[in-house]
Amino acid sequence: MDELIEYGPYLWEGFQVNLGLSAVCAVLSLVLGTILVSMRVSPTPVLRAAGTAYVNIVRNTPLTLILAFSALGLSDQIGLVFSEEPSTNGFWLVVMGLSAYTACFVCEALRSGINTVPFGQAEAARAIGLTFSQSLRMIILPQAFRAVISPLGSVMIAMIKNTTVAIAAGYLADVAFKMKDTFDTTGVSIPIFIGIALAFMAVILPIGLFTGWLAKRLAVAR
Amino acid sequence: MTENGDATPLVRLEDVNKHFGNLHVLKDIQLTVDRGEVLVVIGPSGGGKSTLCRTINRLETIDSGTIVFDGEPLPAEGKALARLRSEVGMVFQSFNLFAHKTILENVTLGPIKVRGKARADAERRGMELLERVGIATQAEKYPAQLSGGQQQRTAIARALAMDPKMILFDEPTSALDPEMVQEVLDVMVGLARDGMTMVVVTHEMGFARRAANRVVFMADGQIVEENTPEEFFTNARTDRAKDFLSKILTH
Ligand SMILES: Nc1ncnc2c1ncn2[C@@H]1O[C@H](COP(=O)(O)OP(=O)(O)OP(=O)(O)O)[C@@H](O)[C@H]1O
Ligand SMILES: [Mg+2]
Repeated sequence: MDELIEYGPYLWEGFQVNLGLSAVCAVLSLVLGTILVSMRVSPTPVLRAAGTAYVNIVRNTPLTLILAFSALGLSDQIGLVFSEEPSTNGFWLVVMGLSAYTACFVCEALRSGINTVPFGQAEAARAIGLTFSQSLRMIILPQAFRAVISPLGSVMIAMIKNTTVAIAAGYLADVAFKMKDTFDTTGVSIPIFIGIALAFMAVILPIGLFTGWLAKRLAVAR
Repeated sequence: MTENGDATPLVRLEDVNKHFGNLHVLKDIQLTVDRGEVLVVIGPSGGGKSTLCRTINRLETIDSGTIVFDGEPLPAEGKALARLRSEVGMVFQSFNLFAHKTILENVTLGPIKVRGKARADAERRGMELLERVGIATQAEKYPAQLSGGQQQRTAIARALAMDPKMILFDEPTSALDPEMVQEVLDVMVGLARDGMTMVVVTHEMGFARRAANRVVFMADGQIVEENTPEEFFTNARTDRAKDFLSKILTH
């Protein structure tokens, strides 16, 4: 117990990094996932193929590999640098890799949501003169989102937990890294394990409850 | 039937053919719809009535032939096609109201997003139209909270909100409980009286007799008979039409 109290502030610093990663990745993966699903349902074959290829490649690659590729491939080899400050650069490389990965799951959740929207909705939208992108934005996607709020919640929950593999991108700042770092001096500590698990639960449980509530509230009656 | 002194037909279909796979659903269709005319399309299931109706706003493409709307061939795609569709209202059998939008939003969406009208103007006009179809008090509700008849009247108001040059109706009362059919037909008769150009796929003989200028009987992808409503229902020329009428009149 003592080591949890002693290293608490240090671990808390790391946990805040996980929260920061989560917040930024949530926004980016939702945006990118929406773009991807728009490509996958677009009438333009090239866009459809590109969206499908992206999802199939990235979704089926292990996250640790994607993160390692972001750091070693894109950053070191190709020279994609977000910041001269290594820790800031590491943060954004993780954000990039994790968002790119999570976006696939957002895309697929949304695509199943689109399948719940009756075909007549798109037809009525076309019939009043909305273009494809207008009808996607105003009619199809809003209904698709409402249909998959709970699954999207699950995707976000998985993403939050996935921030703990940030270390794979060589970014040594998150709570998982700091936990191992602490264990190197204190030895393995059950209270620290439990403390960190509880911290994640404190964030994730409300998200599950909130998205469940939101899904009911926003459900589209037909 | 000439409004604003313009005698050219609003819609002209020439030699229109359409297949679904091997199925030849529209066969050499020749048809004109005059301005202000109310055309009823009637015929057995699978005869191609919906397909015909849907080719006019290009919800269905055609394989050959031409369709001219208001003097211009139908645009194939893009902005021009969207503009054409905004000028041709459509009322579906299954209403297809936007389920996540209120009744008033359903009616104002097109004017705001397609026509670029100011929201306040669109809402004022939207309320007028809801008043006209008798559902102004439901404006803030969602489609699922309304009866079928009310939903279909909303759909008509949504079409009217675009100030269309014509409205296509594809079996607008077929999905309704019997007691709601009349309220929708009454609205449609009102439109017909006001001079709206309408193509109406329906088996409602009462409507055809009260409002139609012409009846087109379609079967197996062909226009088998064109006639006045009175003549068609009492004294059809073709055996195919007589046979069809004997079936629908006996129940
Ligand atoms: N999208 C489609 N794909 C394949 N076949 C279709 C499609 N739409 C219609 N068909 C077929 O084309 C034929 C004509 O259909 P259409 O819906 O135009 O007939 P209809 O006269 O409106 O019939 P109903 O009175 O049943 O509505 C039918 O045989 C139908 O099964
Ligand atoms: Mg039909």
